[in-house]
Amino acid sequence: MDRKRRQVLKSGGGVTLLTLVAAAGWLRPGDAAAQSWNKAAFDTKSMADTMKALGGGEPVQSKDIVFFQTPDIAENGAVVPVGIISNIPNTESIAVLIEKNPNMLAAVFDIPPGTEPSLSTRVKMGQSSNIYALVKADGKYFVAAKDVKVTLGGCGG
Amino acid sequence: MADPMKIRASLVGDTTEVKVLMSHEMETGQRKDAQGVVIPAWFIQTVTVTHGGKTVLAAQWGPAVSKNPFVSFKFKGGAKGDKVTIAWADNRGDKRTDEATIA
Repeated sequence: MDRKRRQVLKSGGGVTLLTLVAAAGWLRPGDAAAQSWNKAAFDTKSMADTMKALGGGEPVQSKDIVFFQTPDIAENGAVVPVGIISNIPNTESIAVLIEKNPNMLAAVFDIPPGTEPSLSTRVKMGQSSNIYALVKADGKYFVAAKDVKVTLGGCGG
Repeated sequence: MADPMKIRASLVGDTTEVKVLMSHEMETGQRKDAQGVVIPAWFIQTVTVTHGGKTVLAAQWGPAVSKNPFVSFKFKGGAKGDKVTIAWADNRGDKRTDEATIA
């Protein structure tokens, strides 16, 4: 019993210290990639907070964002394919958000000129939820949603 | 050091289609082990894809990206024989860079 408690304290303490160190900028995990990781945006729990962390306002609903390869019903929440195409001109980035995950933001992809605003990846979903595709184009944010039902959760015990 | 990525880059018309499968646990930090101890989060945070010195895709990921992440995208300007380089870094500071030739 006591040993378990020690383990918890130990692991908990380690994580906190690492987080603090990372926050203070002493340790920068993405250094070699010359690209920083937006911790604030990945910690958010609501669309409004995520938008704030990304530095954007309220996104506009758009029919020019299309999901492909994305199932209506996902059997395994640990591996849910998501494909997003943006038909909005000057698309700069595409983000994937999952409404009912512990943290909404799953991934942000920056699309430089010359790269097609179309990509697919795989994400985890804790439960049935909306998947949002958030597109930044010309400095403005656009969003589209798709409801995906999960029959087996992806977050485990 | 993580296992190599599986990368396929193929030229279709004037666009290069890149498909990459990375080998990574992508632990969320939400799960507990048999003793009820939280398994610390361990996931890829940044991914950069370059072609000819130019970034063609840059991504930031959270732990909600699946285990052994898969990404597919297309870019213009590639030619057969060119190299596509993909690099990732995770939250433990581990890194990996692999390259593939456009076929």
